[in-house]
Amino acid sequence: MGCGTSSSVKDKKSETALKAALVIQNWYRGRSAQLKTRQRYALTIFQSIEYADEQGQLQLSNFFSFMLENYTRVLEEDSELVTHLLGSNIQDKDRRDYLGLIDVPDSYCGPRLQFPLTFTDIDLLIEAFKQQQILHAYYVLEVLFETKKLLQRMPNFTHTKTSPSKEITICGDLHGKLDDLFLIYSKNGLPSVSNPYVFNGDFVDRGKNSMEILMILFVSFLVYPNDLHLNRGNHEDFMMNKRYGFTKEVLNKYKLHGKKILQILEDVYTWLPIGTIIDNEILVVHGGISESTDLNLLHRIERNKFKSVLMPPVPIDGDRATEKENKVGTTSTARGIRTNGSLSEQLTKHEWDQVIDILWSDPRGKRGCYPNTSRGGGCYFGPDITSRILNKYRLKMLIRSHECKPEGYEICHDGKVITVFSASNYYEEGSNRGAYIRVSSGTPPRFFQYQMTSATCLRPLYQRVNAVESSAIRMLKERMISRKTDLIRAFQLQDCSKSGKLSVGQWAFSMENVLGLSLPWRSLSSRLVTTDKDGNIDYMSSFQDIHIQKPVKEVQPTLIETVYRYRSDLQIIFNVIDSDHSGLISMEEFRSMWKLFTSYYSVCIDDSQLDELAERMDLNKDGSIDFNEFLKAFYVVHKFDKLNKSDTTVA
Amino acid sequence: MSQIIQWIEIGTIIRSLGCCPSEGELHDLIAEVEEEEPTGYIRFEKFLPVMTEVLLERRYRPIPEDILLRAFEVLDPAKHGFLSKEELIKYMTEEGEPFSQEEMEEMLSAAIDPESNSVHYKDYITMMVIDEN
Repeated sequence: MGCGTSSSVKDKKSETALKAALVIQNWYRGRSAQLKTRQRYALTIFQSIEYADEQGQLQLSNFFSFMLENYTRVLEEDSELVTHLLGSNIQDKDRRDYLGLIDVPDSYCGPRLQFPLTFTDIDLLIEAFKQQQILHAYYVLEVLFETKKLLQRMPNFTHTKTSPSKEITICGDLHGKLDDLFLIYSKNGLPSVSNPYVFNGDFVDRGKNSMEILMILFVSFLVYPNDLHLNRGNHEDFMMNKRYGFTKEVLNKYKLHGKKILQILEDVYTWLPIGTIIDNEILVVHGGISESTDLNLLHRIERNKFKSVLMPPVPIDGDRATEKENKVGTTSTARGIRTNGSLSEQLTKHEWDQVIDILWSDPRGKRGCYPNTSRGGGCYFGPDITSRILNKYRLKMLIRSHECKPEGYEICHDGKVITVFSASNYYEEGSNRGAYIRVSSGTPPRFFQYQMTSATCLRPLYQRVNAVESSAIRMLKERMISRKTDLIRAFQLQDCSKSGKLSVGQWAFSMENVLGLSLPWRSLSSRLVTTDKDGNIDYMSSFQDIHIQKPVKEVQPTLIETVYRYRSDLQIIFNVIDSDHSGLISMEEFRSMWKLFTSYYSVCIDDSQLDELAERMDLNKDGSIDFNEFLKAFYVVHKFDKLNKSDTTVA
Repeated sequence: MSQIIQWIEIGTIIRSLGCCPSEGELHDLIAEVEEEEPTGYIRFEKFLPVMTEVLLERRYRPIPEDILLRAFEVLDPAKHGFLSKEELIKYMTEEGEPFSQEEMEEMLSAAIDPESNSVHYKDYITMMVIDEN
């Protein structure tokens, strides 16, 4: 008709397009939010279980003390076990002797380092590791010896300065994820005098290339000792390594010299500095602080006396000490401290606590300072604590690591605390990004994020979230099955009418209490149990599609459950008893150990079944038990799962 | 003890509870729960009563599947059954409450059929709905 109509048609058209767009955007944002939330839940599950494990780990130290008090045969006859339990003493003069014994054959085609090291050696290692080569034990040991020598000259805290033209880069936990280190070096440049770095601890454990990371970092340090700064993390601890995978990695990669490498490493760890202070403004430590953190004290202590979080200093009874001193050679006490007798071999309890706080604490929104109950060590510190401590030492900021963050970093406490975490996909492919920070005086810190994805994994968000979520739920279910007896008991206590059903609130309460995990149970319930139309939970439904494989039919389910539940702890204990790393312990040792274990952890089990179990499984080889095989036989079967065997390796 | 959430996450929380406010409605809601002097944080005690009311009144109900389909069809008047990548980008980033670049990329990664470089919206919707359940 006229031009008036066509423009109004146009308007109408664009109005409907607008409405349509709004509908789609609205729907999309709703979906997106739900996906992000599910991803967060999954991360929370992983994290809770990780910290609960750490707590379990720390409980072991009490068990070791208990064991030494009661395992009298050990004390009298097997002093080697005691030494092994308590760590060993290495003499430096071992070095030349030992290295002299190792031969690097001509057939070895891996990287060969040239001492004194130069930047070409860093490149050499990177290229070699990219091709999955393994550095020969001879070079590993040389690097470790040299690193220890150099670290011994460093103070407890490295003080360093930046300038507008010279920023420093701070990286967080790497945990054996070599690809992330490659990415950082490639994106941010290799370390050099003009490109300094701080690596804030936890280089090892969990990932499968802890050794390679350590070698690259130590070599970088040896080449640029004034520009590459290493802080100790809570995983730079030989006891932690036994549980979290590094010890295993070393023994697998270095069958001949692995033990020696582990021995030297124990010592190298203790010489790593406690922290770095940048421009007298920024404190960089691995975990955090507490209300009693005393930086002056920490500057003074003999840091190398902190051997392991599982070896706290113990008060020696004066009389007892002199009595035992009369025995030839070593002194020992029932509570297991370093032998060769002197008190001066330990830190004071106060000094030791100070170090624990630095390595294990986490910041929280709540004001004040509280024991870190989920990890079992260090504390939770609030924004008031941060302000107080920073002001006390005239500092402006605390940069720390220790906690995995979805975006690789997180700022809290009013901008005064930054967490930086550099292992991307830490829990699972797609679980989180990694990050590093660049700082220089006068400018705000700059953040760089990344996420390592394999070529086939550039999947859309919903697929990645599904994968992470499934993995987390699977882990949680395994946790549940390992506490099945206790859970059922707790449920039944609340189920007065014996209906097999509970309200969501009741179910959530029991789950949290028994498992000791603080998780959003109501939101997770749909993935873990079936709910009827009235909203009540059928609590037995969780156990229907999952069970622990019975290695032998006739054995009590509670025994199976117990071994499965404590398998990580048992693995460590066995490893400690197995002082020659043969993988075997005697049947008698096994029995005594089991007796002590069940009495300490108050486990009610018919012991006679254990013998039967071991025999039936035909694991006796000349009266010894291959304990790795023994533990491997206890695994969880997920009924509706393509993979029938769950990951039985120690976390 | 008061628990604190950063306001930038409030949208995610509200949406994950099953509500679908528009960006405009979301801003109004945040204004209701924010502190007098915006600190960037929200207190749980303030959030809870407001959110409870929203849920009880069943405000901001999510879009039913058929309406969503119709919205796509509106943008595809020739009834091809698909939208080209460029068309989708144009509508999503220029009309309504525009997507950020990140949101656009995220949507494309799931919606785009790489061979034809277009979005077969009916299949896309079906796929998303199945996944939700």
